[in-house]
Amino acid sequence: MNAILALEDGTIFRGRSFGAGGERYGEVVFNTSMTGYQEIITDPSYKGQIVTMTYPLIGNYGVNLEDVESRKPFVEGFVVREYSKIASNWRSGDSLGDYLAKNNILGIEGIDTRALTLHIRQKGALKAVLSTKDLDEKSLVKKAKESRGLLGIDLVREVVCKKPYTWNKKGKYKVVAIDCGIKLNMLRILEGKNCKVTVVPAATSSREILEIKPDGLLLSNGPGDPAALPYVVKTVQELLEKLPIFGICLGHQILGQAFGGRTFKLKFGHHGANHPVKDLRTGKVSITSQNHGFCVDIDSMSKKEIELTHVNLNDGTSEGLRHKKLPVFSVQFHPEASPGPRDAEYLFAEFVALMQSSLKKHA
Amino acid sequence: MPKRKDIKKILIIGSGPIVIGQACEFDYSGTQACKVLKQDGFKVILVNSNPATIMTDPDIADKTYIEPITAEMVEKIIAKERPDALLPTLGGQTALNTTVELAKNGVLKKYKVEMIGADIKAIKKGEDRKLFKAAMRKIGLDLPKSDQAYTLEEAVKVAAKIGFPVIIRPSFTLGGAGGSIAYNMDEFKVLAKRGLESSMISEILIEESVTGWKEFELEVMRDLKDNVVIICTIENLDPMGVHTGDSITVAPIQTLTDKEYQKMRDASIACIREIGVSTGGSNIQFAVHPETGRMVIIEMNPRVSRSSALASKATGFPIAKIAAKLAVGYTLDEIPNDITRETPACFEPAIDYCVVKVPRFTFEKFASADSTLGISMKSVGEAMSIGRTFKEALQKGLRSLEIKKFGLESAVFKDPGDVKVDDAILDKIKRKLKSPNAERIFYIGDAFRVGLDIEKVYNLTKIDRWFLYNIKEIIDCEKELLKNKQNLSPELLKKAKEYGFSDRQLARLLSSSEDEVRVLRKSMDLSPDFKLVDTCAAEFMAHTPYFYSTYDK
Repeated sequence: MNAILALEDGTIFRGRSFGAGGERYGEVVFNTSMTGYQEIITDPSYKGQIVTMTYPLIGNYGVNLEDVESRKPFVEGFVVREYSKIASNWRSGDSLGDYLAKNNILGIEGIDTRALTLHIRQKGALKAVLSTKDLDEKSLVKKAKESRGLLGIDLVREVVCKKPYTWNKKGKYKVVAIDCGIKLNMLRILEGKNCKVTVVPAATSSREILEIKPDGLLLSNGPGDPAALPYVVKTVQELLEKLPIFGICLGHQILGQAFGGRTFKLKFGHHGANHPVKDLRTGKVSITSQNHGFCVDIDSMSKKEIELTHVNLNDGTSEGLRHKKLPVFSVQFHPEASPGPRDAEYLFAEFVALMQSSLKKHA
Repeated sequence: MPKRKDIKKILIIGSGPIVIGQACEFDYSGTQACKVLKQDGFKVILVNSNPATIMTDPDIADKTYIEPITAEMVEKIIAKERPDALLPTLGGQTALNTTVELAKNGVLKKYKVEMIGADIKAIKKGEDRKLFKAAMRKIGLDLPKSDQAYTLEEAVKVAAKIGFPVIIRPSFTLGGAGGSIAYNMDEFKVLAKRGLESSMISEILIEESVTGWKEFELEVMRDLKDNVVIICTIENLDPMGVHTGDSITVAPIQTLTDKEYQKMRDASIACIREIGVSTGGSNIQFAVHPETGRMVIIEMNPRVSRSSALASKATGFPIAKIAAKLAVGYTLDEIPNDITRETPACFEPAIDYCVVKVPRFTFEKFASADSTLGISMKSVGEAMSIGRTFKEALQKGLRSLEIKKFGLESAVFKDPGDVKVDDAILDKIKRKLKSPNAERIFYIGDAFRVGLDIEKVYNLTKIDRWFLYNIKEIIDCEKELLKNKQNLSPELLKKAKEYGFSDRQLARLLSSSEDEVRVLRKSMDLSPDFKLVDTCAAEFMAHTPYFYSTYDK
């Protein structure tokens, strides 16, 4: 089946469809990871986005049951150079195409993904439409232009859990994770570090969270514009002086706002698994997994209160912050990896250490 | 950490004569090192006995000695030149062995020469099988199961515990008799008895065979601040049992999920730390069981290796050059990436193409040589190719070998349009698939030409089904071209070009000429695109004009 990817600036890419048919809108971004497409498509942070993989051969090892990052795929569409019709791996269940089709997600292959990537690099992330129904270029470009985009839209609402749930029953440290579109590997790692985790929807109030009597709070990743989430920022503000807090990605942006900071949109964001990030306290570099289109403006925050802890060595953008007195910190990248290197997993241990010392203080 | 000020003069040992297993790769790495150290203001002294190398050109080092690479000769040069440091990791095994000898016999100490980029302990730990195994066990990495035996009775017990097939390696043999492989207990008893007899101390090592497992390599770099990055990942098309130098290899890894790859990445980082390579590159090999996914570490080379040249060209990351800079004190975050200029060398290249390395053999020149491939290397060279699909890169690589094949052409059939199968041909193809040999890749194509299916070919070769499927797609495209030769559509010709068919190869299939195919192609507006190798998959602007051609428009 033929498919077209049309960008709002009138650029057209023609290819073949794999996965489901239909029509979907989203901001088109590129991801430079060479492995981990299954984790990428199931990462709720990609809600509202069409993702193109810069690595050209995708689908090679199929899809398995264990490596999902949430209950279902959330990308709006998936764009690759060559889709592998064979899935070859001892853990493989479905082929990628079947998996996408079952979940009603459009895939398109046979397009020059490097040309698309160069285009995004030069023009910035663009609104786009992916279609197998409407193959009229003009009509598609018009639709792309008129689509809602990401700015100012609360996409978190569309991906979060409906009700609180307990991830695991046993653990020394009681953690509440505010789900803004949480990746499961955060929960798996916390479980492995002796934490008992309760996941609550993003709209949960600070009072409801405190009723659970947690030892620490995790602010998860999630999709879309961080400026569209004043209700989560408020909750976090109310909890700042009450709990050790660890924010990741969108959680970092929410924490930045809770401290009075601003966020801004990057031209095409960071989406990949090879970003070098320096920990300014140790001077050591971690190769990190990244997926964000927005960034915290570190200069918009009080230097008296907030300390910059991590910097991206590629473009110098801020990647982490820490409150100088409170046990509160966050990072823009993904220490839970999945996909990508696990170099920064040490941050989960730091979170546990903060909970430990805060427990001691109150004991 | 900036560059060291206490070192002024550095001795570099080249690789010496070109032999199988040690070709011009080490001229490439040594030349890079000389150039970058000289640029940095160091005085570079070079010793290399091979005049046909770039590194011995007069302007590469400050002083060049064309002398045999022996400990005696290098000692004389050290006595005369009095270098502050010796960089031994860029000239391959010869350089490393010579340096170990100089350290052992006290020459380095006597003349106060510091070994940089490696230390004796790390080299020993990486290269001595027993020390290496103990080190890997210590950090919890899985290895092929193995145990020693001193009597036949013990041997039988060990073999039963490990499970067949097993490899039997006699220790301390006269003349260094090699290992043998046993597939069942009857075979084993005979071979174990023979092994025990040939060992001067009646000792054999019995090892689990990983022949047929998937084989992978990682190129890893570490700096003095303990930053570690993976430069390139490589998957061997030929499974374990064929020497990596004789295998068709592919970058990056194709058939591992992110979880499986990250496990391997973590293991290789733990390995380079435990072995103690403080700065520079290492090459680490793994085997993975195709059905269970069990991963074992096979070996590590604590130096720039044969694969490093390939990894450098495959990714755009100059491993030897960076290794030399790390050896004199720089850290990865201080060195700029030459290609992007703005980002640092402390990162992991993202590539947006597929790289294939194909070995070149010359069995035709040695009529009596056995062209079966095994654990000792027999190829004399290699070609590398880049494409947007594996199919394209493979076919480009095969025609780069200059063996009168212009892609994945037939080994058996003269006329691709006239494929006649009889039992003799079928037997020959199956035989050529089963035992690895220089022409196997072409016989795999023929297997699909005569209609064998992927499972049959897999059972004979143990080559991952992903590679076989892609090879079959090339042959299916060839069949489609033959069927439609009178009325070729632009779509089909485009597909053929994306699959890496050359005009010359197409001319044969279409009973036409190369020029006619070219004219037809141009009339359909099909021409190649030149894409950049930029280390970052187009994320940043690239400044180095390093291109490959591809059909992708």
